[in-house]
Amino acid sequence: MGMTITEKILAAHAGRDHVEPGELITVKVDMVLGNDITAPVAIDQFRKTGASKVFDPNKIALVPDHFVPNKDIKSALQCARLREFAKEQGIPHYFEVGRMGIEHCLLPEQGLVRPGDVIIGADSHTCTYGALGAFATGVGSTDMAAAMTLGEIWLKVPESMKFVYFGRPRRWVYGKDLILYTIGHIGVDGATYKAMEFCGDSIENLSIDSRFTMANMAVEAGAKNGIMAADEVTLEYLRERAKGPYQVFESDPDANYGAVYEYDVSEIEPQVAFPHLPSNVKPISEVGELPIDQVVIGSCTNGRMEDLRAAAEVLRGRRVHPEVRLLVFPGTQQVYLQAMREGLLEIFVEADAAISTPTCGPCLGGHMGVLAEGERALATTNRNFVGRMGHPKSEVYLSNAAVAAASAVKGRIASPEEV
Amino acid sequence: MAVKGRVWRFGDNVDTDAIIPARYLHTSDPSELARHCMEDADQRFASGVQHGDIIVGGRNFGCGSSREHAPMAIKAAGVSCVIAASFARIFFRNALNVGLPILESPEAARRLEDGDMVEVFLDEGLIRNTSRGEEYRAIPLPEFMQRIVDCGGIINYIREKIGMTP
Repeated sequence: MGMTITEKILAAHAGRDHVEPGELITVKVDMVLGNDITAPVAIDQFRKTGASKVFDPNKIALVPDHFVPNKDIKSALQCARLREFAKEQGIPHYFEVGRMGIEHCLLPEQGLVRPGDVIIGADSHTCTYGALGAFATGVGSTDMAAAMTLGEIWLKVPESMKFVYFGRPRRWVYGKDLILYTIGHIGVDGATYKAMEFCGDSIENLSIDSRFTMANMAVEAGAKNGIMAADEVTLEYLRERAKGPYQVFESDPDANYGAVYEYDVSEIEPQVAFPHLPSNVKPISEVGELPIDQVVIGSCTNGRMEDLRAAAEVLRGRRVHPEVRLLVFPGTQQVYLQAMREGLLEIFVEADAAISTPTCGPCLGGHMGVLAEGERALATTNRNFVGRMGHPKSEVYLSNAAVAAASAVKGRIASPEEV
Repeated sequence: MAVKGRVWRFGDNVDTDAIIPARYLHTSDPSELARHCMEDADQRFASGVQHGDIIVGGRNFGCGSSREHAPMAIKAAGVSCVIAASFARIFFRNALNVGLPILESPEAARRLEDGDMVEVFLDEGLIRNTSRGEEYRAIPLPEFMQRIVDCGGIINYIREKIGMTP
């Protein structure tokens, strides 16, 4: 029996020829990630292990991104703990404000995650790196501490589910729409404990940015990881970036899948997830009249160049509706700079948008765009749970960046075709 | 080990933002987190919860973020056990790692009502509803995970592994 890409990567990191779904194995990790919310707890737990040194300082990344620039004194203290720990342990991949980005935009950009790697991150959206053909999964702080200490982690080999996408996408349809559509189909626990493997000609024709978006939201279906095989698009992305050699894996033709789903992409419209679950999706044509107070473009899901270009294309020469606040968050300093060079930031400012330094801030109702009671936002982020962006009686809708930009102009959730 | 308490019943897909909203994640002090536990799902919870009480959820309990603050907050609030039809995977790991007992039992999740008094025998996975005179079975933990629990969590397990005294 053949193996899936997920099984092959896990087997290779467990020193095995073969693994089966359901087996409990211990795998070596290539990268361990933490942020300003999760790493302070991990550092406490690391101290309790009695170890004095992390297993390999080069294989740890610390990214203060959630409540930075420090939103209050407590957040400042949490960030200080990351900084001090990085210094103490000689961890080179610590990314300070001004040199950082939202972790899941930043690590691939820095070449720190590569095909065939096993990456463990104390952040649920660590699954983003599956877009490069890596096994990447989110864990909690104590698991992060364990991995920092031992350089390994125990995992149950997940059963794989195959998602095949074929056909040409319509105009204004991106990776975000494919993944929202899929989550709408299988539900928020439709892939719990499973590997979501994305393939098909539509995936091969998808930009790397859209691929990151899809893998990023695998966790919103409960998946352990989302993954797609590395191809020419991936290798091109890695050419100037990848730090060190890597191995490309792909699924065997006779690999075993718990389920196989096929989607004709040509039938998928831009999608909007309604409160309060990412699975609560409707095509844009069925949204109806929904006035909004705030639009957020950015996040680890959609804070990359493709997203900013799509938003700018819609916003060029237009103005944000007078009753709407549009907030734009480039995912990294590099994305910010590139957007500046391409003139996108000028388009945003002329359209009356506010542009922020990279931060997770508003996505989780942390800072930089918290909602008041009764307010409604459309965001390119990944979750729309109760209170996610602020007051428990506020609402978050999710969409791609083009729909978000069009909605900012119209003052209600709208298709880019309408502006 | 047996625990005993009153049931706080929640629905399907209780997410980590409901368990502990991100606006309180600028601290990892368990007692502070406990003061806001379940705040956006049930405002009465944090002030009304008694030591030993039991949270019951439906499917996919703990979905969403990887914040370990979620099981930390529940544990610090005095909750002795969480019973659900199913758990989101990161929450499941985190609960074991911080020593919050959790039991997966679709039957108990279906039958238990708000306010029921329940005795839970964790080792056997037996849930006894003393208000209704019913018993439910939980799905036992795999042996490997039971070993981590027996060690008192993953940290003690590591201390053993790297040769520290537990």
